[in-house]
Amino acid sequence: MAQLTMAKALNLALREALQEDPTTLIMGQDVGQDEGVFRITENLLKDFGADRVVDFPVAESSIVGLAIGLCFTGIKPICEMQFSGFGYHGFHQIENHISRFRNRTRGRLTCPMVVRMPYGAGIRAIEHHSESREAIWAHLPGLKVVIPSGPRNARALLKASIADPDPVIFYEPKACYRAFKEEVPDAPESMEIGKAQVVREGSDVTIISYGASMRPVLEAADELKDEYQLDAELIDLLSLVPLDTETIMASVRKTGRCVVVHEAPRNCGPAAEIIARIVEESLEFLEAPIERVTGYDLVMPFFNLERPYLPDATKVVLAARKVVNY
Amino acid sequence: MPRKKIELENIVENISILDQDGNVDKALEPKISNDDLRRLFRAMTLARRYDERMLKLQRQGRIGTYGPALGQEAASLGPVYAINKDDWFVPSFREPAATLWRGWPIDKLILWWGGNEFGATPPDGAHDVPICVPVASQVQYAAGIAWGCKLKKNGGVAVAFVGDGGTSEGDFHEGMNCAAIFGAPLILIIQNNQWAISLPRKKQTASQTLAQKAISYGLNGLQVDGNDILAMIYATREAVDRARKGGGPTIIEAVTYRMGVHTTADDPKKYRTEDEVDCWKPKCPLARFWLYVKAKGVVTEKDREKMEEEIQNDITAAIERAEQYAPNPLEPFEHCFAEMPLHLKRQLKEFKAYLAATNGETSSADGNPENLAGYSKHLH
Repeated sequence: MAQLTMAKALNLALREALQEDPTTLIMGQDVGQDEGVFRITENLLKDFGADRVVDFPVAESSIVGLAIGLCFTGIKPICEMQFSGFGYHGFHQIENHISRFRNRTRGRLTCPMVVRMPYGAGIRAIEHHSESREAIWAHLPGLKVVIPSGPRNARALLKASIADPDPVIFYEPKACYRAFKEEVPDAPESMEIGKAQVVREGSDVTIISYGASMRPVLEAADELKDEYQLDAELIDLLSLVPLDTETIMASVRKTGRCVVVHEAPRNCGPAAEIIARIVEESLEFLEAPIERVTGYDLVMPFFNLERPYLPDATKVVLAARKVVNY
Repeated sequence: MPRKKIELENIVENISILDQDGNVDKALEPKISNDDLRRLFRAMTLARRYDERMLKLQRQGRIGTYGPALGQEAASLGPVYAINKDDWFVPSFREPAATLWRGWPIDKLILWWGGNEFGATPPDGAHDVPICVPVASQVQYAAGIAWGCKLKKNGGVAVAFVGDGGTSEGDFHEGMNCAAIFGAPLILIIQNNQWAISLPRKKQTASQTLAQKAISYGLNGLQVDGNDILAMIYATREAVDRARKGGGPTIIEAVTYRMGVHTTADDPKKYRTEDEVDCWKPKCPLARFWLYVKAKGVVTEKDREKMEEEIQNDITAAIERAEQYAPNPLEPFEHCFAEMPLHLKRQLKEFKAYLAATNGETSSADGNPENLAGYSKHLH
């Protein structure tokens, strides 16, 4: 057991993948000599060489586009988009080919690749470096969308994503890269993609979130308990596609009340889908309308105004109390 | 300081070997066995007749929109003749001659244009990618395939196709730039058929040639008479040989002409003159190759007649088989992911209930009756 940050835990997962599977290859801008702008690929070029850890030209579309071809020749690419905000250059290849080849060829040509993208606010970065656009990827059939929230699940989910036979968008909450440490087991660990975790049990209200928003949600749960004697049940989704509706339904049916929290804008955001499914499957168990705590439907503000834009514990507490007091 | 001219390492050349009157440049004439010449002539004839029949099928409403490759048979057949079965073939969508040469049954091609994914499934073991619709996007994965062959050290190369219009796309630039950087054994054939739907070649780029684009990637560019199968074979063999020896990618501009419509949804009279089309008629790749094989004595008039008859019969049989094909509406659910996730299982259940409720008959979105009777057999 070691106390690791998410950055170190991701590095561990990549190291394990390179060690365990000789067909894996890491590719991205500045991932080699520079070890990644967030140092997620620290020491990997040194230990595995330039054929396994490839410094790529500034061409996001080619990173994922060439990765398709690598897949066809039996190589398993782990791509890095330096920031999710630049992932849109790769959108065309992801939407038009990566998500489709399995269906198009009825399984003869497939794209078992991972596209890692740091997302979200919280590091006072310049424009285009702070958005949460997971809904865009979750909307595309044929992709899995995995979003870890802490060091231990980041390591295990990245391992699972690399092993997955389908393309995975691995959305990394960069605000969590170095925000805190967790015990991460020495032995390789994997998790099933598509299983949410109940990270805290409670009976008064279900709070559903994922990724970076799990931090304010945990903080809010403490405040709800300490200040208002409310026991919130917290669900960390860990993946948006597939979405673990069974865990969601079990909790909502128990508490009858629900708040969904994410940084992404509200309109057609993940919360909209989650709530739609709750309405479809568990409407009769609801005691109150479901509340959303999300980014506003605005262009992401520059970093001096990003704090009030983001979900925080105060917003979550307000929403949870509104739902409970309905 | 005086201005200095920068001497570039790379050059652009033009080659043609067999002219429209059947004259051959003996110095460059590629060695091809008589058997192979016969096979190539048959393949080119098949591609031509296939195209003609597809246009008829489209007019009869038996397939969807069709994009013919009339007049471009040599430009796509020559390059795939120059590679091995284990090498990779990455088409755009105007390469039926190459696709048939690679062993795809005619039925599959018909089924693709008839709106069936089955037409996009490469035959077992084939190192072929299906038709690519988004223009030039295939250059990127073609570069990846070639790079993968290099990383795997399997000696393979990739031959990929793009059109003159595709050279304006970012994917063309990014793909070739990366292929060059990684020394990927990629041979990219630009089928310069002079028209990207309605946009003429001169409005596509201010470059003097498309071949010279290679220079900006640190590669040699070769402009080839694309209606001359011998030149296409010669040029591709040279590029393949270089690629296998670690010399990296090559761009070959095949100068050809789109004799027909862009697709059957298009009327070229709106943007180009009949005179222009007429100028290209004597340059027909099939007529020219016929002069060559006839002069060599490898295909006689009588052989040709027999060949034509067999080809028409093969196409007729393929059409019959294709029209027997009943798509399974459940397949898209089965092939979205390796394992069907819960949400798709639920949607599949909903879809099956719908199919059962249709009782075999429903209407498609455009109001045409669509027979779903064949689908119900897939319900279980």
